Amino acid sequence: MKQFLAFVRKEFYHVLRDRRTLLILFGMPIAQILIFGFALTNEVKDSEILVVDYAKDNASQELLTRIGASRYFNIRQAALSHKEILGTFQKGKIKAVVVFPVNFNEDLLHHNKAQVQIITDASDVNTANMITNYLSSIIMDYQNQVNQNLEIPYRITPEVRMLYNPQLKGAHGFVPGVMALVLLLVSVMMTAISIVREKETGTMEILLVSPFKPVLVIFAKAFPYLALSLVNVTAILLLSVFVLDLPVKGSVALLFAESTLFIITCLALGIFISIETDSQQIAMLISLMGMLLPTMMFSGFLFPIENMPLPLQIISNIVPSKWFYIIVKSIMIKGLGISALWKETLILLGMTVFLLLVSLKSFKIRLQ
Amino acid sequence: MEAVVVKNLVKTYGKEQTVAVDNVSFSVEQGELFGLIGPDGAGKTSIFRMLTTSLLPDGGSASVDGHDIVQDFRRIRSSVGYMPGKFSLYQDLTIEENLHFFATVFGTTIEENYHLIKDIYVQIEPFKNRRAGKLSGGMKQKLALCCALIHKPTTLFLDEPTTGVDPVSRKEFWEMLRRLKEQRITILVSTPYMDEASLCDRIALIQGGKILSIDTPQNIVNAYPDKLLAIKANEMYKLLKVLESHPGVINSYAFGEYAHATFHDTDTHALQAYLRGHGLTGVEVKGAEVTIEDTFIKLLH
Repeated sequence: MKQFLAFVRKEFYHVLRDRRTLLILFGMPIAQILIFGFALTNEVKDSEILVVDYAKDNASQELLTRIGASRYFNIRQAALSHKEILGTFQKGKIKAVVVFPVNFNEDLLHHNKAQVQIITDASDVNTANMITNYLSSIIMDYQNQVNQNLEIPYRITPEVRMLYNPQLKGAHGFVPGVMALVLLLVSVMMTAISIVREKETGTMEILLVSPFKPVLVIFAKAFPYLALSLVNVTAILLLSVFVLDLPVKGSVALLFAESTLFIITCLALGIFISIETDSQQIAMLISLMGMLLPTMMFSGFLFPIENMPLPLQIISNIVPSKWFYIIVKSIMIKGLGISALWKETLILLGMTVFLLLVSLKSFKIRLQ
Repeated sequence: MEAVVVKNLVKTYGKEQTVAVDNVSFSVEQGELFGLIGPDGAGKTSIFRMLTTSLLPDGGSASVDGHDIVQDFRRIRSSVGYMPGKFSLYQDLTIEENLHFFATVFGTTIEENYHLIKDIYVQIEPFKNRRAGKLSGGMKQKLALCCALIHKPTTLFLDEPTTGVDPVSRKEFWEMLRRLKEQRITILVSTPYMDEASLCDRIALIQGGKILSIDTPQNIVNAYPDKLLAIKANEMYKLLKVLESHPGVINSYAFGEYAHATFHDTDTHALQAYLRGHGLTGVEVKGAEVTIEDTFIKLLH
């Protein structure tokens, strides 16, 4: 036990005395959360909209106020010809143009039919789609209000409820994603590098010629990173609650327990990588390329797994972060408990045990 | 009692089966200071690694303190002290932290065995809060020796402890080893420096994975079969060339400011005449005291 503590203390010295490690360990998670939270959002916020109002009547004004009231759009008005409109798109600032034709109100009231033209910049497909959707729903809203006293036969009104995330906040999807990503990267890379470093600097040679047992090395190496990663989890959750306004709906204790499990999975993976490699560079490369890409692609964080071809869907099952992403999403956003998550938890547990056993088995008690 | 017994040890590397250690046998008495003397690549480090159980031999057997290096490797690991050739302590830990770590790893404390390291440790103690990576070469070696000694090992393996260390520190280091001998600790030390060989009780000259000779330094020197001459002339380069082409020469090579040479016929007057006849000036020929290096060169030819 004393040996173990001495080893753990030594590991802490290594981490705390190396500025670069500290930066990766604590800088990366915070930076990622903030970048994903504020910069890389796929929400449409404050889009520049140009309104060309040839009608200037009651109906067009009413609609304009509604569009302007939405926080999605910033409205600018200008009376431009069709040609000039196309010119404004080329400058790139305007995301969409709304054109009210002359006699808009008249057409609506007397012909029961009026047209609004929406022109969007579809070079960015998602934004164009989203802006059109928002605008259409505002217009539909207005139309319903105009019609509210009328009896229209055969009307279907979809009653939409956005469950778990009524405001459609982007943060909901990425906080669990970033958590999975950051924990995976930090835990895998840091442990992998820290064991390989002992091989590279020759200290492993001294450790081998000592009564130290492989089990002890593995656990002593993993322990400090588990503690530091839990600090990271806390930081990410605090940021998400207080900066991004995303509360944890489910049990925080359960979230921490599941995070601990996932961190151990990652540590086991890191230890395994470090046993199989001989230089810090290779260990880092494998951790980055081998972990970052699959996590981005197969965790469901950026690309929905359901849309992938079957072989890729099957591959996604061996990516631990996929399961952790599901767990975090369920706890944080849906507020589910362990009864709904036991399957995912068991899978992570199985992966951890497997990796630890393989690492212990393949730990080299001699130089090669 | 024999502390280390090595029998026909073989080590090969890679697919090409490059032989690093070729059928090496020797034994070291308990409390002896035994030197493995040989140039880089002679196989010294491989032998040390096999004896400290961090490498498996490809043939032969060996034991340390009666424990087999393959079967009983755990017992050896907790009883010997090992100082690798490359400085292998934690550079980002201070002197004191390194020492404390290694003491704890071996299940002991600094206080318990302080008497063993005291002579050495007092020299680096003023810097005990300095990180190991910031120490000079000599101080690093002293710290490494302290760390290898802190658990009171029965046998100490020092792999090229003085390589890259200044002459004064080298001298000090050997004095420390002599004092450790008084503690009845068996010491195996390897070095490429021939002048250090005479400080050992017994030495093994090793080259290309083979042991050329094992004996006390004095006996090895005494066993030199020829009369060794030290020769000097104003034109050193030319002198070496002329010596090489001398019909009766056995061996000739530069040795400091002199050239050392042995001949089938050791008539110094004839030799002087021969050298002058070849246009050399300032010729001086005298008998030379045989050193380990001369023996080594002799054995290589």
